[in-house]
Amino acid sequence: MKYTVQIVGVGGQGVLLASMVLGNAAMGMGYKVAMSEVHGMAQRGGSVLSTLRFGDDVISPLEANGSANLIMGFEPAETCRNLTLGNKDSVILMNLDPVLPSMVAAGFEEYPEIDSLVNAVKEQNSNLYTIDATKIAIEAGKAVAANAVMIGAVAAVKGFPIPKDVLLASLIEQVPEKFRELNAKAFEMGYSAIA
Amino acid sequence: MANLLADEGRQLLLGNEAITRGLIEAGAGFASTYPGTPSSEVGNLLEKISSDAGIYFEFSTNEKVAMEVSAAAASSGVRSFVFMKHVGLNVAADPMMTLAYAGIRGGMLIMSADDPSCHSSQNEQDNRYYSMLALLPMMEPSTPQEAKEMVKEAYRVSEELTLPLIFRTTTRVNHARGVVELGPKATPKTKGHFDKDVARFVNIPAYAKQNRVRLLDLYKKAQELSEASPCNFIEGEGEIGIITSGVSYTYVKEFVSDASILKLGFTNPLPERKIADFIKGKKAIIVVEELEPFLEDQVLRICAQNSLSVPVYGKRTGHLPRQWEFSPDTLAGIRELVKVEEFRQPMKKVEVALPSRPPTLCAGCPHRGMFAAAKKAAGNTDVIYCSDIGCYTLGVQPPFKAADFIICMGGGAGAAGGFAQSTDQKPIAFMGDSTFFHAGIPPMINALFNNHKVVIVVLDNRTTAMTGHQPNPGTGRDFGGVSTEAIDIKKLVEGVGVKFVREINPYDVKGATKVMKEAIEFDGVAVVISKCPCPLELKKQKQLVIRAVDVDQNKCVKCYNCVRTIACPALFKGKEGGISTDPTQCIGCGMCANVCPSGAIEVRQ
Repeated sequence: MKYTVQIVGVGGQGVLLASMVLGNAAMGMGYKVAMSEVHGMAQRGGSVLSTLRFGDDVISPLEANGSANLIMGFEPAETCRNLTLGNKDSVILMNLDPVLPSMVAAGFEEYPEIDSLVNAVKEQNSNLYTIDATKIAIEAGKAVAANAVMIGAVAAVKGFPIPKDVLLASLIEQVPEKFRELNAKAFEMGYSAIA
Repeated sequence: MANLLADEGRQLLLGNEAITRGLIEAGAGFASTYPGTPSSEVGNLLEKISSDAGIYFEFSTNEKVAMEVSAAAASSGVRSFVFMKHVGLNVAADPMMTLAYAGIRGGMLIMSADDPSCHSSQNEQDNRYYSMLALLPMMEPSTPQEAKEMVKEAYRVSEELTLPLIFRTTTRVNHARGVVELGPKATPKTKGHFDKDVARFVNIPAYAKQNRVRLLDLYKKAQELSEASPCNFIEGEGEIGIITSGVSYTYVKEFVSDASILKLGFTNPLPERKIADFIKGKKAIIVVEELEPFLEDQVLRICAQNSLSVPVYGKRTGHLPRQWEFSPDTLAGIRELVKVEEFRQPMKKVEVALPSRPPTLCAGCPHRGMFAAAKKAAGNTDVIYCSDIGCYTLGVQPPFKAADFIICMGGGAGAAGGFAQSTDQKPIAFMGDSTFFHAGIPPMINALFNNHKVVIVVLDNRTTAMTGHQPNPGTGRDFGGVSTEAIDIKKLVEGVGVKFVREINPYDVKGATKVMKEAIEFDGVAVVISKCPCPLELKKQKQLVIRAVDVDQNKCVKCYNCVRTIACPALFKGKEGGISTDPTQCIGCGMCANVCPSGAIEVRQ
């Protein structure tokens, strides 16, 4: 068994934390784990990509274009930007709540209609799950818990090899004690939104 | 979170965390660096844990000094570790080249973290050639687990040879993460004694001549160690042989079948007999390595010297690229030679036009105010913005476009002097506080000495921000049981005799503009110090005071001066066209209010 998750989003959204939660859960299940992260200049509000691979025999920290089993998109435009990481059979989990780039916010560039982004994915892939992770996180208590919503949602997508309870335990272990309740709540809400 | 001081167990570690753990398991007692991605995390980790680990650690003013302090420690019998990004080794090459002649006593590793694909660098130079140039042994790990183990083996080799060893990594090793089994911790030795030996440690010509011979002898000995090294091993069988190293090995290992792999971890000097034996009887050899044909050219030589007429494929034959980092996809280039796993057909790029999202200066970043002030002050003057290495490199983007020339640390101010002399344009050099101490002082003095009429702007944000907020001489240090006072940049600049020195607050953009006008008109060297702490650093220190900002939509005249000049990501254009602030990003610095001509923006005090 081999499984590759490509986690894409914007610096500050918690992409690295999510990859740590999934990676530790995979390690706990006895899988080999190989990951690759973006650090440094790329984190200043730019696009962020984290690759997570686990299975019986993985060693390469990168995956071939197109070979992702799952694209976990923390942001709709970034999901579309990175669509070539997956193939027509990949599972795609896409947060529909955008993070506006500064040039868009300032009115110099346009952000596409969310529907057009969803349709662009649907044209090529029939395993798309969409979620309003940021809205759900706000409902759970705080917008920053959107990554916990996404992790909960991943537990519910088709064929994801790590069980829900293992993922939740890994999440709880990765976050500071005072945020555990919030994260657990956000995780469950994310799971329910997809399951 | 990683616990690098744990006694045992398995952890999911970043390559840089695994390397740091390797230092603890190897008993390293001294470490020094100048921060640079992809090596930076090692410094941030050591800043936190060096006291508890019993290791002395320092952020040195630059890589050259970092090399020198670690060289002295190792010469005194203390295992030392000096680490930097690839271009940092250019700065440190001067001491390294002669240190090789002197050698060391306690083990010394020089980590060069190379950055194929320039993820956060200005070039993608291949530092493996430094090992040949300096005649130093070199090792290269492929994974976090191997990196940790190799640190220990590298110290053993360094001590056996009495030579510093280049520990060469790349971004995909430093920033890869994998399962790492912790080994027993060693007790570090932090104090030694420097036993004088003039013939070794004083390389005047008479001694240097002899030490060159000594070094060549040691290089031969290193070759024997490489032949026997457990870091060089063969896996699998097949008529096709693949010779590989570093992260490329992981791609070959996982995605190529039906080939025999010679994996090289001890990569200078190469195990020439082992390579020749590996090649004998093979139908073909493929060399898989990133960047330059470093291994490949040596393999071709080894073939020639051993009269082996086996074809060697790689970069010289055009099967593999010389530019940019590899990935599993790169292996498509050798599919005609060997069995490579079939990858899935990727989905097509979407046709929807996606907004750009380059890395950008943060909301409330003081550099924004300084760039706005410099641009406004320059007006129609023909200026050349000589920028440097740091967050402010991002000033190249619109609307600032405040970078016309960038080469290296401190290079902006140096070039400014040359432009002042060789053109009629006005050079304005930008550099950060850490860059000022790293390599910015000599070009400033050069401008004074040679009467170059330049403006030097020191963007003093009280930290080394881009690499993850390390302290620098301008902040003083307070970790590892050592506290020192901050060095005052203004006093230093005045002290060398600069006549025009002004300290400004970049949040007061109008005030800064006035000072910049004077600086540009000044007939001589003008130094403007833009002093304002990085909000991210303040946030980390829990000292950031966030003020709310109100925009009076009735007063907003929709001139967009704020977004055009400050371009803060916390500013956005509302549906009606008026400007608003995003409270999740805005820190209330007031730069936008300062440039608003209609007084529509107000910071609540």
